[in-house]
Amino acid sequence: MSEILSSSIARKVAMALSALFLIIFLLIHLAVNLTSLFSADVFNQASHFMGTNPLIQFAMQPILIFGVVFHFVMGFVLELKNKKSRNVKYVNYNGAANASWMSRNMAISGGVILIFIVIHFLDFWIPELNTKYVLGDMSGMHGGEFRYFEELQHKFMSPVKVGVYVIAFILLALHLAHGFQSAFQSMGFNNKYTKFVKNLGTIYSIVIPLGFIIIALYHYFIQINH
Amino acid sequence: MTTLNSRIPEGPIKDKWTLYKDHIDLVNPANKRNIDIIVVGTGLAGGSAAATLAELGYNVKAFAYQDSPRRAHSIAAQGGINAAKNYMGDGDSNYRLFYDTVKGGDYRSREANVHRLAEVSGAIIDQCVAQGVPFARDYGGLLDNRSFGGVLVSRTFYAKGQTGQQLLLGCYSAMNRQIARGKIEMFNRHEMLDVVKIDGKARGIIARDLITGEIERHSAHAVVIATGGYGNVYFLSTNAMGSNATAAWKIHKKGAYFANPCFTQIHPTCIPRSGDYQSKLTLMSESLRNDGRIWVPKKIEDAKAIQQGNLKPTAIVEEDRDYFLERRYPAYGNLVPRDVASRAAKERCDAGHGVNATGEAVYLDFAAAINRYGSTKAKISGNQNPSKEEIITLGEAVIEEKYGNLFQMYEKIIDENPYKTPMMIYPATHYTMGGVWVDYNLMTTVPGLYCIGEANFSDHGANRLGASALMQGLADGYFVLPYTIGDYLADDIRTGKIPTDSPEFDEVEKSVKDQLDFFINNEGTHSVDYFHKKLGLVMWNKVGMARNEKGLKEAIKEIQDIRKDFWKNVKVPGDLNEMNPELEKAGRVADFLELGELFAKDALEREESCGGHFREEHITEDGEAKRDDKNFAYVAAWEYTGKPSEAILHKEELEFKDIELKTRSYK
Amino acid sequence: MNLTLKIWRQKGPQDKGQMVEYKVTDISEHMSFLEMMDVLNESLVAKDEVPIAFDHDCREGICGMCSLHINGEPHGPDRGITTCQLHMRTFKDGDTIYIEPWRAKAFPVIKDLVVDRMAFERIQQAGGYISVNTSGNTQDANAIPISKYNADLSMDAAACIGCGACVASCKNSSAMLFVAAKVSQFALLPQGKVEAKDRVLNMVAQMDLEGFGNCTNTGACEVECPKSISLENIARMNREYLKASII
Repeated sequence: MSEILSSSIARKVAMALSALFLIIFLLIHLAVNLTSLFSADVFNQASHFMGTNPLIQFAMQPILIFGVVFHFVMGFVLELKNKKSRNVKYVNYNGAANASWMSRNMAISGGVILIFIVIHFLDFWIPELNTKYVLGDMSGMHGGEFRYFEELQHKFMSPVKVGVYVIAFILLALHLAHGFQSAFQSMGFNNKYTKFVKNLGTIYSIVIPLGFIIIALYHYFIQINH
Repeated sequence: MTTLNSRIPEGPIKDKWTLYKDHIDLVNPANKRNIDIIVVGTGLAGGSAAATLAELGYNVKAFAYQDSPRRAHSIAAQGGINAAKNYMGDGDSNYRLFYDTVKGGDYRSREANVHRLAEVSGAIIDQCVAQGVPFARDYGGLLDNRSFGGVLVSRTFYAKGQTGQQLLLGCYSAMNRQIARGKIEMFNRHEMLDVVKIDGKARGIIARDLITGEIERHSAHAVVIATGGYGNVYFLSTNAMGSNATAAWKIHKKGAYFANPCFTQIHPTCIPRSGDYQSKLTLMSESLRNDGRIWVPKKIEDAKAIQQGNLKPTAIVEEDRDYFLERRYPAYGNLVPRDVASRAAKERCDAGHGVNATGEAVYLDFAAAINRYGSTKAKISGNQNPSKEEIITLGEAVIEEKYGNLFQMYEKIIDENPYKTPMMIYPATHYTMGGVWVDYNLMTTVPGLYCIGEANFSDHGANRLGASALMQGLADGYFVLPYTIGDYLADDIRTGKIPTDSPEFDEVEKSVKDQLDFFINNEGTHSVDYFHKKLGLVMWNKVGMARNEKGLKEAIKEIQDIRKDFWKNVKVPGDLNEMNPELEKAGRVADFLELGELFAKDALEREESCGGHFREEHITEDGEAKRDDKNFAYVAAWEYTGKPSEAILHKEELEFKDIELKTRSYK
Repeated sequence: MNLTLKIWRQKGPQDKGQMVEYKVTDISEHMSFLEMMDVLNESLVAKDEVPIAFDHDCREGICGMCSLHINGEPHGPDRGITTCQLHMRTFKDGDTIYIEPWRAKAFPVIKDLVVDRMAFERIQQAGGYISVNTSGNTQDANAIPISKYNADLSMDAAACIGCGACVASCKNSSAMLFVAAKVSQFALLPQGKVEAKDRVLNMVAQMDLEGFGNCTNTGACEVECPKSISLENIARMNREYLKASII
């Protein structure tokens, strides 16, 4: 493993592959969450399927966790190495002159996303695991009904929570705005379709985070109106 | 007076090189690894020589003053490289290339050398393509050619406007391969400061590490000098800032004759000087003269107004413009050869008609071409009654396609839009045909000491044709020297390593150190550049484009005075044992101050006008250059005897068996 | 115009450097940046001070020697040029200009503004060539047609002057654009294909060994490159590398 990933280009490609995997995951995640806007039932069923299907739970989930951890660990390892490759800093360095903020600050946007994910784990994922595998309640029921929609709504009651959520997704948007097309470049994809990839990346980086933000705001507002 | 032995092989000119190669001594591969060769300078000539000698198995030590061989000034050549490939099927041949080069050189080059150059020219292109040089190609995937001044065929291969760069990078890659194999030991940021002779043979050099200031001894069985030309004797030239004649001059002082120093090429289309702070001049491709018309204001009061910035060139009406090249040379017009165009521009400026603030510039005007191309374009696209604006827009697009990068470069430097207002140009020193005298083997008058590329005098006579410098550098390094040096080294297979602790090394090292010590310790008053600029001014004004007896005699006296002043008052700050650019410059300028005098002396002695050398006393009735084949068809090789003024002239008579001598006329 | 210059001074590789302030007066807007430096140095010599060392040679934007980091950018604020092609008209009277050497662990400072770029040399020596001897017996130059498209792309990559602005501008001090330019030039030509695999593996290995950072595709190098070498070359190198290491 370390042998394969010792070269700079191999590491870049590994970053790109894990990024593409996470990009696909985000799309699915959003698709599931979006159902909550239209129908509690559909959302509940989809959530139950995702939460109990053995293939997803025991194959996809570990891969996802690995992907997330790998992307972060490798990202920070590279960032540290890159920082060290300039041992004496410039007195005057005008980074904005030749590169976008997003591209220069992937570690910052990534760091914020990491904090969010940790919160998300503590808030959602660990209780979920606890319910299902420690307490052994695989029913997905609470008080005779599916619990998922209710839990979702519960999470978007506090304005502070919603605020953190929105900020995290804005940073995700910035991260994706550079990351999407960067992943393609790293894997050697740069040709006449690059313009298309770049546009797609821009659309993706806006639509996906915006979708999550809309969901959060929607549930927050319908609840305070009640 | 001794006669020089140019060692030209017997036989018909076509067969000389082949016969020569068939009969020289060779060094067997096992013995090559016991032989060391020093190559000083790693441009096209030195780089190609170093790579090839290393491939053959010799141990090469290569020296460059820059931080990499890739930075040598060969890199700045724009236009292209000639080769008699006849890919275009337009009747080119080795003979034609040979003929054009001899004629273009105004019959002052050595026939046998030039023919050999033409013979190996094709192999250069093959070699470069194999190395991955990305030459321009046509849509069929084959190599493209363009035509260049002074010839009737298209034989110039090019890589955008960066041919020199690409050829040098090719050579550099060949060197890198040998450095990686350990066959070349590369000494970057090192400057050769003298040559060491043992028993009359060149056996090593003294070099300074430009980072630490350390003085080093390097020994070898042969020494190759490939350090380029001496154009910086003028201070302002198109050469790089560091280009210098120190290696060439130091070997001259150790016995190598210096040939034809007065043959210097002044290129007509350079960007003019803008003020006294100017550090160098930038060349723009000669191709601009294909479409630009050169003019100055007819009325002197107009010129004055322009110089003061009170008048715009576009405000001068057609009748008040003097298209002086078209007027004087109706047949060739703006396309006369470099030397003719340069002199004509100088003549107008000297008469007060120059156009920028310094009065040293003429216009190169594309308005007519823009109009012509615009009208044609409009017609082709079916617009029968185009407006003036439409024509200009269309015409400018054509010009942009052809010269866009040059126009952009001009605009960056001058800050004027050359599409809207005429360009300003002025001649500048560009190339030196003269240099260290070498025989057919490229060996100087010192055994074991070779000189290749622009540093030697051999192939261009009194004037060099466009795209021939790259050809000569690579021919010498890739295909000539590797053979001829073997003939000499065959006697050295039993010599063994040359020790560097001999008295000869001690002595030369001491003289080098003494000079450096002098510079650092001298309590002077003026910087090195102060003296260099003074020298440059004398050279430009009196030993420049047009020379006369009175001016040359004055120049010699003035250069001597500057030199005296220099050795008394030069100020070099900093220390010996550190990177010290001022100290580097001081040594170089000291040598230019001697070379400049020999240059003027040679120009004074050559009582004819020929190629880049124009003596005002020797002109035809209508003011054109008048060559004197009866008295001056020789190479003037100067022997150093202690002072430039006391140099002894040796003549190598030039025989033209295969080419008839003709007068160049462009009327 | 009159300017304040803040320039990095460092006596030698082992010494500690610092920014030193200088004033220059009566600078013509037609001067090139390096001519302005000449004026400053002449005045320092006149005052018996040691002039500022900086690399420069051809002064027409092709040798790749000049290497100043000006106001936070390599080769200054203008685009598609080297420091020697930068003119003073880019600045205003009264401006303060910061002048620093290239900064990267792989480019240690030698003196003042001069850095050691031998890392680039070693990368080239690791494989930046086609192994063909200069025998004069290679096949005819036109024996293999090469599509104009590829030949032109190869030329665009080969235009690299090795100045190091890519490294200097990159927040990671990555040399990928420099290495990619050479890898691309040869990868696009049939002559280069024979050794393509070893070339890319060896050059990248050497690049990593020299301590350059990794590429994060910020694109700063492409913007600052005086020859506008395209990022596509880095993608091509990545491709070549993947091909070479997987297949």
